[in-house]
This record gives sequence, C-alpha cells and structure tokens, in this order.
Amino acid sequence: MIPINDFLVLSAILFSLGMYGVLARRSAVLILMSVELMLQAVSINFITFAVYLSPEQFTGVIFALFVITVAAAEVGLALAIILRLYRNKQTANVDEADIMKW
Amino acid sequence: MTDVIRLGPELALLIAAGLIVLMDIALPVSREAARTKRALGFALALAGVAGSIGWSAVLIAADEQGEAFSGTLVVDDFSLFFNFLLAGITGMIVLASADLLARTRFHAEYLALVLASATGMMLMAGAVDLIAIFVALELQSICLYVLVGFLKDSRSAEASLKYLLLGAVSTALTLYGMAYLFGLSGATGLRDIAEFVSASGGDSGTRAALVLATVFLAAGLGFKMAVVPFQMWVPDVYQGAPTPVTAYLSVASKAAGFAVVMRIFLVALGEGLISSDWATMFAVIAAVSMTAGNLMALVQTDIKRMLGYSSIAQAGTFLIGLAAVAAQDPQLLLGASSVVFFLGAYAFTNLGAFIAVIAISQKIASDEIADYAGVAKRSPWLAAGLAACLISLTGIPPTAGFIAKVYVFNAAVQADLVWLALIGVLNGVVSAYYYLRVVLNMYAQEPASEETFQPSLSLGVAMAIAVAGMFLIGIYPNPLIQASESAAAVFG
Repeated sequence: MIPINDFLVLSAILFSLGMYGVLARRSAVLILMSVELMLQAVSINFITFAVYLSPEQFTGVIFALFVITVAAAEVGLALAIILRLYRNKQTANVDEADIMKW
Repeated sequence: MTDVIRLGPELALLIAAGLIVLMDIALPVSREAARTKRALGFALALAGVAGSIGWSAVLIAADEQGEAFSGTLVVDDFSLFFNFLLAGITGMIVLASADLLARTRFHAEYLALVLASATGMMLMAGAVDLIAIFVALELQSICLYVLVGFLKDSRSAEASLKYLLLGAVSTALTLYGMAYLFGLSGATGLRDIAEFVSASGGDSGTRAALVLATVFLAAGLGFKMAVVPFQMWVPDVYQGAPTPVTAYLSVASKAAGFAVVMRIFLVALGEGLISSDWATMFAVIAAVSMTAGNLMALVQTDIKRMLGYSSIAQAGTFLIGLAAVAAQDPQLLLGASSVVFFLGAYAFTNLGAFIAVIAISQKIASDEIADYAGVAKRSPWLAAGLAACLISLTGIPPTAGFIAKVYVFNAAVQADLVWLALIGVLNGVVSAYYYLRVVLNMYAQEPASEETFQPSLSLGVAMAIAVAGMFLIGIYPNPLIQASESAAAVFG
C-alpha cells in the first residue's frame, strides 16, 4: 500500500500551487481555478484520512462530498459575478477592478 | 421530532425565506402588485424573525436544551444567546433595508437572501461538528456574496468579486485546518476532538500537527472575523456593498464568526496544552488589529470605509477577550463572557451608527465625511443618534461601549495581559479622534443647505431601538452580563 505521507505531500503541493495561483494570477477566472485547486487538495486530504485511519466510517468521504458540492455552488456564483464585472468593465482582470483602493 | 423542535429558530427564518420567494412568483407582475408584494415580503420577513425569537423563547421556557441531529447541532445557552442576537439584528436589518427595497425590483430575492444567511449564522452558533460548521459557514457566506453585489453599479460588483475570491480562499484555509483536525483525531465532533487533544498528552509530533491545524483554522476564520492580517477585503466590501448589507456584515457576520471561533477553540482546542499557544497568537493579532485598524481609520474620508476600519479595530478588541482565555477555568469564563457581552453591546451600537449613515447618506447623496457638515441643523435627531453611537464606539460612559470595554480590559488584566489592556486603552484614545471628528463636523460646521429632513418610519424605528438598547446596556448592564455569563458557562 502507498504510504499515507505520499498523499499528504501531494495534497500539500496542490494546496501550495493553488495558493501561488491566487496570489500571482491576475485574471479572475484563473484565480477561481486556483481556489478550486486548493479545495481539491483538501478533498484529497479528507479522503486519504478516511481511507487510511477509519475505513469503517464514512465521515471523511462525506466531508469531501460536502466540499465538492459547496465548491460547485461557489463557482457558479463566482462566474456570474465575473460576468457582471465583465459587462461593466469589459475585462475580467482583477487589477482593473480598482474603483476603490484595493 | 425533538431534533426538528430544537432546530425551530433556524427553520422559522428559512420558512419565511421560502414563503417570500413563493409569494413573489405566485402574485402577478404589475406595478400595483409590486407594492403589495413589497409590503407582504416585508411583513413575512419580520414575521419570520419574530417566529424565530419566539421559538427560542419557547425553547428556554420549556428547558428544551441538548444535542440534535446525532450530535451535529446543539441547543444550549450559548446558541440561544446568539439566536436572540442574530434574529434581532436580522429584524433591524430588514427594517433598515426598507428604503433600499423601495428602489429595487428584486425585493423578494433580497429578503430571502438576508433570512437564509441569518439561518446560516444561527447554525454557525449552534454547530458542534466540523461538517455542520462548514456547511453553515458557507450558507451564510454564499448569501452574503450575492447581497454585497446587489446594487447595479460596478462598485458593488467589484466589492462582491473581491469578497467572493478572498472568502473562497479563506474557506480553503479553514478546510485544510479541519482536514488535519479530522486526520489527527479521526472525528468531526468537537467534543471528540477535545477528548483526543487531552488524551494526546503533549506528544510533540501531535502537538506540532495540532498547532499547524490551529494556524490554518485561525487564518481562515480570521477572514470572517475581519482581523489583521486578513482584513484587506473589509474597506472595499464595506464601501461597495449596499449600506444595510454593510451593517449586516459588520454586526451579524462578525458575531457569527466569533461564535464559531469560540466553539472550535474553546471546546475542541480548549485543553491547556494547546490553548496557551493560540492564546498568545490571538493576543498578538488583537494588538495588531486594534492598532492598524485605528491608524488606517484616521485618514479615511468615506464614512463607510472609516466604519470598516473601525470594525477591524473593534474585532481586535473582541480578540482581547479570547486571548484572555488562559489555562485556568475561572478566567476562561471571564474572557469568553466578555466577548459575548461585547458582541451584544457592539451590535446595538454599530447598527445604530450604520442606520444613521443610511438615513443621512441617502438624503445628502454622499458618503463623504466632509459632506456631513452641519447635519445637526438639518436633522437634529439623526445627528444626535449618530453622535451617541460614535461616542459609544469610542467607549465613553454612559453607553454600552464603555461597559463592554471595561469588561474586556478587566478580563485581560485578570489573565496577566496588562500590556494588551494598555494597548487597548491607548487605541481607545486614538479612535476618539476619528469618531469625534464626525460628531464635530455635524455640529460645529455650517450646513451646505438649510433643507431639513426626516428618516423614513422603519429607519426611524430601527434607529430608536438601537440607540435605546445602547443606552439601556450602558446604564443597566446586569441582564446582558448575566446572559453572557450563562452563555459562556457552556465552555466551563
């Protein structure tokens, strides 16, 4: 069996990549994708812990399902808001969303 | 069935939200119907709030306390306190939104979202399981993202985008912390996690992992509480959002955020081994938040941005109470009850200030502090109300803010955090400058026009309740002190 640490390291790397994307990307859509990466890293963590530590319980898997569902709702809303910003300003670049001091 | 009964206060709000949406679809679309719909939606929303408060009162009267839904939610003095507080705030926000609703076609959606997010906040205060906490957190956040972007202008859209992106990142951070808590303890119930923490007995590897999880949780929840260094969204979102929503964010969302933090940190991580670590962390965050918030507020020219920075400083003051939760039990309760009391006192004060800003700003069509010149001559009652609230925020007797600050600083001194209390007092002095500058502007300056104005009826009522509550707590604080002590006793 693959050691549990491999999964935890994978998830930590994914989470860090997502965090880097959030900080470095300027397009709202790409930032959103980076956030998704962070959330998926969390899901991997939950499923890993569920499988390795308490295989007879489904708590971790259920948590991961909740994360996926809520993330989907959030993305739907975020895309709607980005579209509205695009209609107002013809751009999805967060640097140009600067009517107020950032 | 007992589960559903115990969930009553939340259900009342949710049912009202559903009825408002159904009513909006069922009634015909026409200009005359719009007025009926608006009145009906307004009445339904207030009925939902009243039902929620009434149900909470029944739960107290029937002594119906305990866990619900296999230990994911709990009804205790703490969650009941927040039920009353949050339902009360929601009612005030509905009243304060009357003028905004008159200008929009989407009043049913607005009211339903406010009530749904209030449901999420109440669940946050009552949740004792990580999954339930996460879902409640997201329920309130997603509703608030929409509400922040409710206006049609690009400023509101921009605020909503910023709030959503940063909120999503904070969710990811919180979840990462939760994942490690779950991985370590194998449980999602806060009590089970607490058992694991005390059984681990200071094993260094476990402790390092716990500290990691704690830092991620504090970072993620720090966004919700709006403390430094996770405060960057606050001024923009406060400025861009419709003002009633700003008030809602600064009072209700913050109170719910603190409720969750207290649940997680005092129940799951309350063990002495780990609490000394996060108590220090919170003490530092408190000091930085107060100082940074107040210094930034000094230079603001927009009153909503100023109140935004002031709310960061106030959040820092709340955190003093949490930092005062040292290992010893009696102090633990003093620190926790001081936070609960402060949240109650702050709710009245800040609501009053924001409602006055709503009423004044829409008449003078500006949020600039400079344009508040001479408001006292044009609308003496509103100016007096706003001045009283700002004085309470500064912490001058006989207002609620004074008692709350004394309570929190006392908790800090009892926990040997004299330096933190001193920083708090010094910050109170700094904050007097920018709060009283607004008061001075309203009273000492000449108005731009002589035209007088009055707030609308519902705004006036909400304003009167807020100011009356604020003075009542300031003069006769005992009932609220007792309520917050019994709420904090849950953690004993």
